Amino acid sequence: MYNQTEILKDTSELGTEGELVINMGPQHPATHGVLHLVVTLNGETIKKIEPHLGYIHRSIEKMCESLTYRQFIYVTSRMDYLSSHINNLGCALLIEKGIQIEVPDRAKVIRVILSELTRIASHELWLGAMAMDLGAFTPFFYAFREREMITEIMEDTCGARLTMNYIVPGGLMYDLHPDFQKKVKAFVKQFKAKVTEYEDLVTNNIIFQSRTKGVGILSAEDAISFGCTGPVARASGVSCDIRKIYPYEVYDKVSFNEILDTAGDSFARYMVRVKEMNESIHIIEQLIDNIPDGDFVGKTKNVLKLPKGEFYTRVETARGEFGVFIVSEGGTTPHRIKFRSPGFSNLSALNHMAVGSKIGDLMATMGTLDLVIPDIDR
Amino acid sequence: MFLKEYIKDVYNGVSSLLKGMRKTGYYFVHPKEIITEQYPDNRAYLNLAERFKGEVIMPHDENNEHTCTGCTACELACPNGTIKVVTKFEVSPEGKKKKAIDTLVYRLELCTMCNLCIVACPSDAIKMAPNFEHSVFDRTKLTKVLNHPGSKIKEGIE
Amino acid sequence: MYSLEGITKSIQDWLFLKFDPTLALAIECVIVILLAISLFAILGLVLVLMERKVAAHIQIRLGPNRVGPGGMFQTVADTLKLIMKEGLTPDKADKFLFNLAPFVVMMVGMLLLAPIAFAKNFQIWDINIGVLYISSVSSLSVIGILMAGWASNNKYSLLGAMRSGAQIVSYELSAGFAVLTIVVFTGSLQISEIVASQQTGWWLFKGHIPAVISFVLYIIAVTAETNRAPFDLAEAESELTAGFHTEYSGMRFALFFLAEYINIFIVCAIGATLFLGGWMPLHIGQWESFNHLMDYIPSSIWFMGKTFLLIFLIMWFRWTFPRLRVDQLLNLEWKYLLPISLFNLLLATVIAIFGWHF
Repeated sequence: MYNQTEILKDTSELGTEGELVINMGPQHPATHGVLHLVVTLNGETIKKIEPHLGYIHRSIEKMCESLTYRQFIYVTSRMDYLSSHINNLGCALLIEKGIQIEVPDRAKVIRVILSELTRIASHELWLGAMAMDLGAFTPFFYAFREREMITEIMEDTCGARLTMNYIVPGGLMYDLHPDFQKKVKAFVKQFKAKVTEYEDLVTNNIIFQSRTKGVGILSAEDAISFGCTGPVARASGVSCDIRKIYPYEVYDKVSFNEILDTAGDSFARYMVRVKEMNESIHIIEQLIDNIPDGDFVGKTKNVLKLPKGEFYTRVETARGEFGVFIVSEGGTTPHRIKFRSPGFSNLSALNHMAVGSKIGDLMATMGTLDLVIPDIDR
Repeated sequence: MFLKEYIKDVYNGVSSLLKGMRKTGYYFVHPKEIITEQYPDNRAYLNLAERFKGEVIMPHDENNEHTCTGCTACELACPNGTIKVVTKFEVSPEGKKKKAIDTLVYRLELCTMCNLCIVACPSDAIKMAPNFEHSVFDRTKLTKVLNHPGSKIKEGIE
Repeated sequence: MYSLEGITKSIQDWLFLKFDPTLALAIECVIVILLAISLFAILGLVLVLMERKVAAHIQIRLGPNRVGPGGMFQTVADTLKLIMKEGLTPDKADKFLFNLAPFVVMMVGMLLLAPIAFAKNFQIWDINIGVLYISSVSSLSVIGILMAGWASNNKYSLLGAMRSGAQIVSYELSAGFAVLTIVVFTGSLQISEIVASQQTGWWLFKGHIPAVISFVLYIIAVTAETNRAPFDLAEAESELTAGFHTEYSGMRFALFFLAEYINIFIVCAIGATLFLGGWMPLHIGQWESFNHLMDYIPSSIWFMGKTFLLIFLIMWFRWTFPRLRVDQLLNLEWKYLLPISLFNLLLATVIAIFGWHF
């Protein structure tokens, strides 16, 4: 049985002799943004990691309270900018649930396809950046080549490459681009051909394997107690895929596997994400030829008003569970709003995972956590 | 037995490394795979998506007429206060008073290209244009007046 | 036929005719120094450009292509920038050591240039213990790196320097053993004799399996010794920002940067001399006409061609592999490379004693 005091034990009581305190970040090549880690070292061995946040805090939650229900969705793209589409979807789902808007089937299917494309794009970027953290620069460019195809699809349909804001309460902002299906099929073909490259360059590479296997181990109990979600928890054997547990949109109608691993180390997290990309491709393949005709947006009132009460929805972003919690007083703007971002909980496990390992292991562990700092800091 | 494992380890390790080198070597000798786009040089044939959200513009036809009624729907829809509609009353030849826009001020530096104003517009007076080279030396140049000087509303738009 | 040997000989004859021998030797020294420095400058410019181009093509990019035709003058522009940049010294740094370190690293590169045979009879100093000299001097470069890391008064630099120390000290061993294999075959430490012994064929082909193994070991060991990826732990960009030269800027940084490439050139030149026959043309057994044709290519081009082939190999490593961790790096040396090279040396000795090599 898991012992809570074990996790919360303050490691600072260890002797300070021979300690070396290093500030990693806010400007550091491996922290991917403005994460600031205060790392206490004994030689090369990590004794303690203390993440300092707040460098990119924009008080998005407070900002959303002054925006109407139509307006606040776009701000959420700026949190986890790599899965901005899924963030938008989470907010839209909450409003649809609150006001009881009927979403047309066409919109539902398109939302799922775009979500999965976003997930692949996010994982591609993560794969490149993770390999770069471990010192291999080349996979970054190969991964970005495939990611570029997705961003072009997004650009065609949504009009933006990163912060799409394509989802509105009730459906989509406008209809699909005529070339959408053709381009997605081309991407699926290219992805399937090129995914073996990552195996040759990264997955099967002996150096990569020895760098990640057995590094940064997170047990299932710890994953649950730290509130880890997404690939981080799934690599430890915790089944937590929101798409399976609380299916939204058409996820209950498509067949896909929840990727689980039990090792809980960096390599397991890596493999979970790589396999997830294949699952996403599988979902896209099922849906891309079956987009129903019809409206792309349901009938909504011009001014949206959530009934008085508390609302919560969750979606599965590329990093884990993204939750939106709104307290409404019946007005046109949310009274209180809170986002549950996956990165924050995943980061909290970092100290537990990295203590006792080397600095090089910290890069592998941090890389496989897939941190997006604006998502953590909001 | 130990020696066999040892040799197997070395063999597997080296072969995995060679596989990776074959892949990178393949790209080294295949310059056709290069994906670089040489941006300032390729301006002439740069293919931007037609829906690309670059900036808000107000299309005018050949008679210098637009379709904006000055209803301020875009101003209300904007989450950032990017758009400011200044209206005036025009007196038609029949002596009727009619609401029209004096200026539609658009502040590019505040805009997040969320497209909400375009969706809100009832008369399709504004749209997104795929321009992306917005950098200027003076910040005030980013505050734009969208309606052309001397333009007026198209006939029959209410 | 045109040859570097003829030019040097005529210059020497003329100098000794005009001046007394001591003065003539002094003038020759000055000429050699000037040549060495200009070789360094040119090598730095060429190798940096080559690295960037190789990296770009492997990474499906174009690489530098703005300054000059095909980006040829990119490194010249970079150097100009680095010279004009302010060379910042941290406040609490050990000023003397901080300023000295880049020159120490650079000096080691210069010292190593002496026994290398660039072409037929074109060698600065044909010392009779050439190989020993090379292996002993090349281990000095770690002093410069340790100096830089310590004097910077920066924790990243210190960690990088310590890693570099552990790394270079261990990889010296297998590099030394790999070199010894060839010494066992030739029975001489003199570079010119090692090259001469390869007239009938390069040691890589003549020496059977031990030579091939020691060639592979040598390439791995020198990659580690020059702090190149996948062994670039001393710099380890994603871990220690820039390792031992984090605090260096401007011209001092440029010296470190240059020294890295000079070191690569030198270890590859030595590798080419020992295993690929130095300036010796490629000869295949009894193919008289082919051998004759190969002789027409100047020896300096042979030497440079082989060296750059090895340099390309090391660059290819860098842009393919992830970095090792510091304990894995030492494991690789002490658990894999060292036993293999010891065994390999034994095998080579047996082959040399029985005269089984060609």
